[in-house]
Amino acid sequence: MSKKSKKIIIYKKEKELPPSAISFASMNYNKTGNWRNFRPVINYAKCTSCLICWKFCPEGAIKLKKTKKNNKEVIKPVINYDYCKGCGICWEECPTGAIDIIQEEED
Amino acid sequence: MRKLLIGNHALSYGAKLSRAEVISAYPITPQTEVVELLSEMCASGELKAKFIKVESEHSAMASLIGASAVGVRTFTATSSQGLALMHEMLHWAVGARTPIVMGNINRALAPPWSVWTEQNDSLSQRDTGWMQLYAQNNQEVLDSVIQAYKVAESIDLPAMVILAAFVLSHTSETVEIPDQKKVDAFLPSYKRKYKLDPTDPHAFGGLTNTENYYELRYKIQKAMEKALNKWEEVGKEFEEIFGRKYGLIETYKVSDAKNLIISSATIASTARNAIDKLREKGEKVGLLRIRVFRPFPAKKVRGILNSIDKAVVIDRNIGFGASGIFYQEVKAAMYNEKNTPPIFGVVAGLGGRDVTSKHIIEIYEDTIKKNKPKSDIIWKGLKE
Amino acid sequence: MSLKIPEEEIMSCGNLACQGCGANIAMRHALKALGRNTALIIPACCWSVIDGPFPYSSVNVPVFHTAFAAASSTAVGVKAAFEILKKKTTVVAWTGDGSTYDIGLGTLSGSAERNDDMIYVCYDNEAYMNTGVQRSSATPAGAWTTTTPANYPKKNQKKDIISIMASHRIPYIATASVAYPEDMVEKFKKAKNIKGMRFILIFCPCPTGWKYPPQFTVKLARLAVLSKLFPLLEIEDGIKWKLTKKISRPQPIKEYLQLQGRFKHLKEKDLKEIQDTIDTNWELLLKKLDK
Repeated sequence: MSKKSKKIIIYKKEKELPPSAISFASMNYNKTGNWRNFRPVINYAKCTSCLICWKFCPEGAIKLKKTKKNNKEVIKPVINYDYCKGCGICWEECPTGAIDIIQEEED
Repeated sequence: MRKLLIGNHALSYGAKLSRAEVISAYPITPQTEVVELLSEMCASGELKAKFIKVESEHSAMASLIGASAVGVRTFTATSSQGLALMHEMLHWAVGARTPIVMGNINRALAPPWSVWTEQNDSLSQRDTGWMQLYAQNNQEVLDSVIQAYKVAESIDLPAMVILAAFVLSHTSETVEIPDQKKVDAFLPSYKRKYKLDPTDPHAFGGLTNTENYYELRYKIQKAMEKALNKWEEVGKEFEEIFGRKYGLIETYKVSDAKNLIISSATIASTARNAIDKLREKGEKVGLLRIRVFRPFPAKKVRGILNSIDKAVVIDRNIGFGASGIFYQEVKAAMYNEKNTPPIFGVVAGLGGRDVTSKHIIEIYEDTIKKNKPKSDIIWKGLKE
Repeated sequence: MSLKIPEEEIMSCGNLACQGCGANIAMRHALKALGRNTALIIPACCWSVIDGPFPYSSVNVPVFHTAFAAASSTAVGVKAAFEILKKKTTVVAWTGDGSTYDIGLGTLSGSAERNDDMIYVCYDNEAYMNTGVQRSSATPAGAWTTTTPANYPKKNQKKDIISIMASHRIPYIATASVAYPEDMVEKFKKAKNIKGMRFILIFCPCPTGWKYPPQFTVKLARLAVLSKLFPLLEIEDGIKWKLTKKISRPQPIKEYLQLQGRFKHLKEKDLKEIQDTIDTNWELLLKKLDK
C-alpha cells in the first residue's frame, strides 16, 4: 500500500479546476473500513503463512509483514482495518480456519 | 506551387502540410477522395502518419480522441450519415478537450438517400462545442485546415472545416499549395499539457458530480469565446506569411450598401456574381459571408448589420420546427440592438438543388420589395 | 516461500467496488502482472465508477474513460499515438460484458480484424451491473436480472464470445477466473509480450447482481471452473485451442447454482437442462482442442 499523502480536493473557485475532469489525488483518502458489518480477525497461532488471504483480498487490504525468525524469513498477513470492507473472502478461503469473523463494534 | 485540386484533395493537402500524425477514417460519399489521397501519401512516406482503417465513423472519432489524449495531432473527414453516427463521440472530443481537426463534406441526411449538398449534417452538431468553419472555395479549404489546427490547439477544442458536396468536394480549382517549411514555422508541433503518460498517471473523464460539472462547462464556453479573437489573430498571421486574407466573416461591397445578402459557403461565393449584376442595376447591395459559424461571430455581424436597411439570409439548411439556422443566429445576434433592420430568411438549395446567380437575384428582388418578413421561412424554388 | 504473484500493490485501497467484487480481484492482479507502464481505457461499466470520481483515481496508472461502445476504438488510437512517441506502454481496454458482448461488439470485431495492438480484457459479471443488474447477452439462460425476472426469463444461452474472438484468428485468447490468480497473472504476463490483438475473458462473480453473500466470490469462481461451466483455456491464432486446467473430477453444477439467489427460482428440470448444456458444450470444446 502506498503511503501517499491522503489528499482531499475541494474546488472553491472555477480557476482552481483543471481544464477537464482529470484526477489529481488518490482514492486512498476514502477509508472504506467504515463499510464493514463484520470484521475478519487472524488467529496467528493457526496461520501457516500460505498467504491465500492476501492473494484473494479484492481490495489489497492485507499487507505482508516480513520478519526473521531463526534466520528464516517469516511472512505474516496483516489486515489493514482502515480499508477492509468486510467481504469475508479471506475468512471463507483460509484453509486452516485461522480467520474468524466477528461482528463489527458499534461506533 | 499551384495545383488543380478538387475540394477533397485540398483537405488532404491541408492535413498533410499540418503534419497530422494519426488519421482514422471511414469512407462515405462524397468524402472518399480525402482519405484515398491521404492513404497514398502515407503509403509513399510523403506523410509520416499512422492511418487506421476503422470499421465505422464512431470508431474513427473514438480513436482520434484516444490519440489526441496522448498528445499527437489527428485528422479525419466524413459527411452526413458518418457525422451523425459520430455524434456521441463529437461530444466526447469536446469534453475531453482534444483539438481534433475534421473535414466535413456537407451532404443531405437520409432518408431518403441523397448525396447532394445541404448543411443540416454539420449544423445539427452546432451545440456540441466543435468549432465550425464554412469554406467557399478549395483554396480556403486547404488554408483553413492549417489555421484550424492553430486555433484548436491554442484552446484545446476540436474544429471542423466544412465544404459543400460536389460543388466543392469534386470540383477542380487552382489551389496554391503552401510551402511546407512555411507551414512548419506557422504551425509548430502539438504540445498537450495533461496527457496519458505512465510517468505522470491521471484518470481522464471520471464521474463528476453537481459540484464541479458546471465549472467544466464554463471552461468550454470560455474557450469558444477566446477562439473568436484567435481566428482573427491566426487569420492575420496567415496573411502575413502566405498572402491570403481570412477572418471570422468576409464582406463584399458593404461600405456603401443599403441592403445585405447574408450567406455562407458556396451560395455566398455565387452571391458575389449576383451582387455585381444587381449593382449594375443600381442596387446598393453587399454580401456578408459568415465563415466561422462556431463560435458565432455576433459582434462582427452586428458591426455590419447596424448600418443596413434590410437583410436577407439565404440558408442551405433548415432547423425543422423553426427556420433556417443562420437566419436564427443572425436574428438572435441583432435582437437587443437599437438599429436592427428587418431580416428575411430564405431556405434554398436543400438536397443539393442548384442555387444560381439568377436565383439569388430573384431572392433579393422579391424580398427587398417587402417592408418586413411575414413569416420566418421563405421557400425559394418550391414546386408549388 | 516464493510468491508467484508480484508483491507490489499498484492499485490503492479505498475504491468504490462492492464488498467481495470479483472485478476488483481481477484488476488488482492484472495490474500486478502488467506493471505501471500501462494505460487503461475504460468504457461505461462498473469500473467507470469503481476507480473513483473526479478528481480522484485509485489505479495509479493512466486511465481514459470512454463511451460504452468505444473501448477498443479509443484504445487503438491511444496505442498509435504511443508508438509515434516511441513509448512502449501496454495499452489495455478494460471492459465489462455489456461493452464486449453487446454494444461494443462491432467495434471489438473491427479491432480484432485489424489485429490492433492491445490487450482487450473483459471482466464478465454476466449482466449490466453498473446500471442495476439488467440482462446482457452474457447472462446465462435462466438467470434472474431485472429485465429477465422469473416469469420472463432469458431463454437464450450465454453468447459464446470466445468462439467469436477465435474466428477472428487473433494471436492470443485466454480465459481466466478470479479463483485462480496465479494462472491469471501468468496469462497477463504472457499476453504482455505478444504483439497484436490479445483477448482475456475473466470470470468475475458479483455478489450484488448474483445475489449471494460476498464471501463466496472466489468459491463461485472456482466452482464455475471445476463444474466445467467456465473452461480455463488459451487459444493461439484462433486455431490452437488448449485447456490450461484439466478437469479430472468435474463437479455437478448444482452446488454452484444453489449458492446464488439469481438461480433460486429454478426447478429441478431447469437444473438438469443446465447440466446437460454444460456437458454438451464441454464435448464440443474437446473436439476443438489441439491434438
